[in-house]
Amino acid sequence: MAAAPLLRCGGRRARLPGWETLYSRWCLITSHNLYSSVYDPNEKTFEKLLIANRGEIACRVIKTCKKMGIKTVAIHSDVDANAVHVKMADEAVCVGPAPTSKSYLNMDAIMEVIRKTRAQAVHPGYGFLSENKEFARRLASEGVTFIGPDTHAIQAMGDKIESKLLAKNAKVNTIPGFDGVVKDADEAVRIAREIGYPVMIKASAGGGGKGMRIAWDDEETREGFRFSSQEAASSFGDDRLLIEKFIDNPRHIEIQVLADKHGNALWLNERECSIQRRNQKVVEEAPSTFLDPETRRAMGEQAVALAKAVKYSSAGTVEFLVDSSKNFYFLEMNTRLQVEHPVTECITGLDLVQEMIRVAKGYPLRHKQADIPINGWAVECRVYAEDPYKSFGLPSIGKLSQYQEPLHVPSVRVDSGIQQGSDISIYYDPMISKLITYGSNRAEALKRMEEALDNYVIRGVAHNISLLREVIVHPRFVQGDISTKFLPEVYPDGFKGHELTDLERRQLLATAASLYVAEQLRSQRFLGTPRIPIAKSKRRSWELSVHLGDEIYPVAVSKHGSSFSVEVDGMKLNVTSEWNLASPLLSVTIDGTQRTIQRISRNASGETSIQFLGTVYKLQILTKVAAELSKYMPEKAAEDTSSILRSPMPGTVVAVSVKPGDTVSEGQEICVIEAMKMQNSMIAAKTGKVKAVHCKAGDTVGEEDLLVELE
Amino acid sequence: RHKCLRHAGKGEKLMHFPAGLCAQATAMNNLRIEEKRRAALLGGGQARIDAQHKRGKLTARERILLLLDPDSFDEYDMFVEHRCTDFGMDSSKNKYPGDSVVTGRGRINGRLAYVFSQDFTVFGGSLSGAHAQKICKIMDQAAMVGAPVIGLNDSGGARIQEGVESLAGYADIFLRNVLCSGVIPQISLIMGPCAGGAVYSPALTDFTFMVKDTSYLFITGPDVVKSVTNEDVTQEQLGGAKTHTTVSGVAHRAFENDIDALLNLREFFNYLPLSNRDPAPVCECHDPSDRLVPELDTIVPSESAKAYDMLDIIHSIVDEREFFEIMPMYARNIVVGFARMNGRTVGIVGNQPKVASVTLNYCRSLELLTPFSVFLTSGCLDINSSVKGARFVRFCDAFNIPLITFVDVPGFLPGTAQEYGGIIRHGAKLLFAFAEATVPKITVITRKAYGGAYDVMSSKHLRGDVNYAWPTAEVAVMGAKGAVQIIFRGKEANAEEEYVEKFANPFPAAVRGFVDDIIQPSSTRTRICHDLDILASKSQSSPWKKHANIPL
Repeated sequence: MAAAPLLRCGGRRARLPGWETLYSRWCLITSHNLYSSVYDPNEKTFEKLLIANRGEIACRVIKTCKKMGIKTVAIHSDVDANAVHVKMADEAVCVGPAPTSKSYLNMDAIMEVIRKTRAQAVHPGYGFLSENKEFARRLASEGVTFIGPDTHAIQAMGDKIESKLLAKNAKVNTIPGFDGVVKDADEAVRIAREIGYPVMIKASAGGGGKGMRIAWDDEETREGFRFSSQEAASSFGDDRLLIEKFIDNPRHIEIQVLADKHGNALWLNERECSIQRRNQKVVEEAPSTFLDPETRRAMGEQAVALAKAVKYSSAGTVEFLVDSSKNFYFLEMNTRLQVEHPVTECITGLDLVQEMIRVAKGYPLRHKQADIPINGWAVECRVYAEDPYKSFGLPSIGKLSQYQEPLHVPSVRVDSGIQQGSDISIYYDPMISKLITYGSNRAEALKRMEEALDNYVIRGVAHNISLLREVIVHPRFVQGDISTKFLPEVYPDGFKGHELTDLERRQLLATAASLYVAEQLRSQRFLGTPRIPIAKSKRRSWELSVHLGDEIYPVAVSKHGSSFSVEVDGMKLNVTSEWNLASPLLSVTIDGTQRTIQRISRNASGETSIQFLGTVYKLQILTKVAAELSKYMPEKAAEDTSSILRSPMPGTVVAVSVKPGDTVSEGQEICVIEAMKMQNSMIAAKTGKVKAVHCKAGDTVGEEDLLVELE
Repeated sequence: RHKCLRHAGKGEKLMHFPAGLCAQATAMNNLRIEEKRRAALLGGGQARIDAQHKRGKLTARERILLLLDPDSFDEYDMFVEHRCTDFGMDSSKNKYPGDSVVTGRGRINGRLAYVFSQDFTVFGGSLSGAHAQKICKIMDQAAMVGAPVIGLNDSGGARIQEGVESLAGYADIFLRNVLCSGVIPQISLIMGPCAGGAVYSPALTDFTFMVKDTSYLFITGPDVVKSVTNEDVTQEQLGGAKTHTTVSGVAHRAFENDIDALLNLREFFNYLPLSNRDPAPVCECHDPSDRLVPELDTIVPSESAKAYDMLDIIHSIVDEREFFEIMPMYARNIVVGFARMNGRTVGIVGNQPKVASVTLNYCRSLELLTPFSVFLTSGCLDINSSVKGARFVRFCDAFNIPLITFVDVPGFLPGTAQEYGGIIRHGAKLLFAFAEATVPKITVITRKAYGGAYDVMSSKHLRGDVNYAWPTAEVAVMGAKGAVQIIFRGKEANAEEEYVEKFANPFPAAVRGFVDDIIQPSSTRTRICHDLDILASKSQSSPWKKHANIPL
C-alpha cells in the first residue's frame, strides 16, 4: 500500500539512479501493468500524440500517454469504430474502410488527420507504418515527431544486405559465409572448411529456404555444390551461390536496446523468443535460461555498438541466432517497439513507451547501463484467435461472446485491445492479447502462467490456449531446452491437445459427472410453493455412462452434502465445488487438488465440452439406462469428406487452379486461401475429376464453406 | 372374488384372504394378473420389439422410461383390450393387454405430467376405440388436476378393422385437445409415422416436436399423392422432420433421435407452468440478476442497414445464455423461444435483422422444396413470421409466461407474393396476439421500429407494460430515404439529413411517453429482471366475451 501514493506523485527531476531501480522494483510488485510508473510531471512533453495503429499496441501506447498527461488521437477503420483503442483515446478519426491498405496504411489519410488534430507526434506501434521510412520522412517534413529512430536508421536496418554490412563493420558477429561465383567443387569445399561445418549451400537468387542444402562434411559439400550450381544456372540464370554457416537447432534470442539522440545507448537484456510457429513467435520470456552473464554482456555490447553505428535513437531490437555452443550471430535489427516488449519491462521496470516518447522529445536517457536490473522472470504468451489443431494455428474469426481476462491471478499483465463483444475479423492480425506473468523466478512465473491460462475465458472464437498451456508445462520447455524447431520436434504429427494421464482422465470424468449431477439436481429445485407439490427426489446416487474420446466409462456418483464421491475405473474420487453453474470459471477440488475448469457448452442430450488443463474435451454423459438404449439409435451417415473441399478458415480466395471436368491427383493444389497475411494451399484429398467449383479468385469465404467438389 | 383384490399397483404383491375357495380363486387370479401384466409389458412381443429397435426406434415403454423421473410412472389401463370382433380380431392371439398405447402419469424433475405413448409393436400402433379411450381418460384427468399432457406418437393410423369406432376415437381425442387448449400445456412428440386424421391431434396441441429420419406427418402418403396428383415424392420429402421444421411450419423443432428428443423434452418441460392456473415456474438461478452486459453497448452497428444477430442479444441477456428456441429453422426473420430471467420462465420474441425474409414460392413440383425468393429486407415481418410469432405469443399469454420483445423491424414485407398470400390478415394475427395478451409485456426497441410493424411489436399502445428504447432506436413511419421522397419529392437537398436528425432516434417516441425510458443497453438485463419482479403481481382483464375472433 505504501507504494501507491508514490506511484501517483511520480519522480522528481534529481532522482538518483539507484533510487529508480528500487522504485521500479516497487512498481513491479504493486503496479497492475508490471512496469514502472516513474514519471516526472515537470518534464515538458508532447501535448498531443497520434497512434498510427490499432488493437492492443494502440491501447498500450495510450495507457502511457494518459500517465504522462499527453492527449491521444486514435485512428481507425470503419469496422473498428467501436474498438477499445477508439474508446480509450481522447479523439478518434476514421481513416478508411476495413482493408489495411485503405486505412491503417493509408498515409494520405493519416497525414490529413495529423494536420486536422494538430498532433505533435506519432507513435507507430509495430507493424503497419512502424518501419516505413517514407512515413517517417513525411512526418519529418511537416515537423511532426516520429516516435522511433530517424529515417536513416530505418533505411539502413531495413535492408538485409546493408544491415549485415553495417553489423560487420561494427564488429557484430554475423553468420560467416560466402556469396558469389564458386569455381568448382574443390573451391566449395575450401570455403566450407573455412566457415566450419555444418554449412548451408543454395543459389543466391533463390529466396528463403528454397533449394537449400545442408552439408556436414566435404562429400556432402561437393554434392550440394553440384545440385545448387545446376539449379542456380537453370532456374535463375545466375551462377552465384551462397555458402553460409548452418546454425543447427538455433535459438532466437534478441537484445532490447534503448538509445537517445545524444549518443547514449543501453542494452536492456535479452528476450528468448525461440518458441515459434511459421516464423511467428508464440511464447517469449526474459531473461533467457540459456545465456550466462558473459554471453549476455557480449551480445548486449554488440547490440549497443550496432545501435551507435547507425546513430540509433528510440527503442530497438537486435535479433540474434544462438547455437548450442552459445555462439551468436546477428540476424536483423527491428527499428520499432516489439510485440514482446512487456517481458523486458517486467524485468527491468522500465516503461519502454514512455522512454521512447522522452527520447523522441530529445531528452537524454536517465539510466546508466549499471542501473539496468534483471528483476525476476517474465513470460509472455501470445493468445491468438486461431485453431492450434490445424498446423499449430489457423486463424479463426467471430464475436467474442464471452471474454474475461485472468487479472485476478497475481502478477498477471494482459495487453489487449478487445473486450467482450468485440469482433475478430479477417482484416487484421488474429491476436487476442498478450498474456504476461511475472515471478521472482522462472518457476513462479510459469506456475502463474498456468493459472492465468486456466482462468482466461475466451468464447466465440477458437483460441490457442491449449497449445500455450502444453508448451509451458512441457518438460523440455521447463528445462529450458528449446529451439526454433521446438513445436515441430515436440509435435511431429501436429498438435493434438493435452494427452490425459490415467489420473487426469479420472479427474476429468469425475468432474464432468459431478457437474452433470449438480445440474440435474438444480433442475429439480423450483422456488415458491406450487399448487401441485413437487415430488422431492430422495436419490443420493447415480449410475452414469460417460463417453470420452472413443471410450465409454461407467461412472457412479453419490452425493454427500455439497461434495460428490465418484467411482471411476474402480477408484473413488472426492469432488468438491461451489457448483455455480452460471460462472464461466469453475473451481473444483478433486481429492485435494484444485483445478480451474471451464464448461464451454452443455445441452439437454448430455453432451458437454469442458476445458480441462487448457484443452477442451467433448463428453457425453447419459444415465446408465439411456446409455444402454442408445445402442439402438441409428448411426447418422457422416458426410464423405474426401470428395469435397471446404475452407479450413475464413479468408479470401487468392487463386483457383482447377475447373470442372479437370482431373486432379491426390495432393494436387486446388486453390489458395489467404487470411490474415497467410496463404494456404488447399490440396485434393484423393484423385478424381472435379465436379463443381464453388469459388473464384477474390471471393470471401467463411470457415467450412464448400470450395470444390470432386466426383 | 373381486373383494380379494385390494390393490394392483405396479409390482406389488397382491393381497388376498388366506383361506377357503376364495384363496384358490385368488391364486388363479394372481396367476392371470401376472400373466397379463407380463404380456402388457412385452407389447407386441419380442420379435416386434426387435424390429422396432432395428428401425432405430425405442419401444413405447422405453420412451416413457427416459422421459419420466426414475420409478415415477404410474400406469393406467394396463388391462384394457380392444373390443373388435370382426376379421378374426377376437381371437386370443390378436388381443394384447393394454392394446396399442401405454398411458399414465409420472414426474419430470419432480413435476406432474400425464403421458401417452403409442406402441408401434401392437398393430402398428393403430388407433382402436380402446386406444382412444385410454388417451381420453388421462386427458380428462390432466385437465381436471391441471397438469400437462405429453403424447409420444408412433402410430400407423386408424385401426381399419374397427371402422367408424376408430374414427370416433380420433374425434374424442380432438375434442379433448380443443377443450384442454389454453388450460393445460399439450405437447406432441412425433416418433414414428403419424398420418391421415391422426395428424390433427398433434396439430391441435401447443407444441409438435419430431425425430429426424424416423418420423413423418402427412395427411396422405406418397402412394396416394402419386395416384392423385402424379407427384413422385418420398415420405421424408413429403412429411419428414426437415419439411415440417423448415417449409410447412407444422413442427416446432426436430431432434436427432429418440433419446435426444426425450431428453430435450424433459428440459423443455421445465420452462412450462403445469396449467393456466399456475404462474410461470421459477428455477434456482446462479446468474446474477444485476449482471451488466457491456458488449450490448456496441452490438448494434452504426450503419442502420447493417445486420447483427438478435440471438447474440438474447443469449447475453437471459440466464446462463440458455435459450430454448421454438421453430429455429422456420421464418427465421423472427426469433421466438423460452428462456429464464432471474430463474423465471419468459417468452422471448425478437425480430432477426440477420435474416432476410424468406417466402416460399408455391411450387408445383415436389422436387422443388427449395426455391425461395429471398428479399433483402432483413428482419421484416411477413406472413410466416407473423403466424409464428402470433402462435407463440398466444401460448405465453394463455400460460402466464411474461413476454419480452426485442424490436428491430423495418416494416411488413412488400410484394405481390405477400399481398396475394394475405399478409393483411396474417399480420393481423400477430397484432391481435400482442394486443390481447395480459401477461407482463416488456419491450426493448434496439434499432428500427418503423411503420405499422412498430405498432404490432408489443408497442406501448397495445398495453405494453414497460417499453424501452436503446439509444440506437429509430421510431418512425419509415426509413429516411422513403420518407424524404414522399415529403419533399426529392427536391430538398438536405431533407434526408433533416429527417434523420428528427426521426432516426428514440426522442420522438420518448417525448410522447411511447417509450418509458431510453436505457443503456448494458443495463437491459438488470432492468428487465427488476420489472419482472414488480409485474409478477400484474392483473389485467379484457371485456367479457365468449371468445375473441382472431383473424384466422
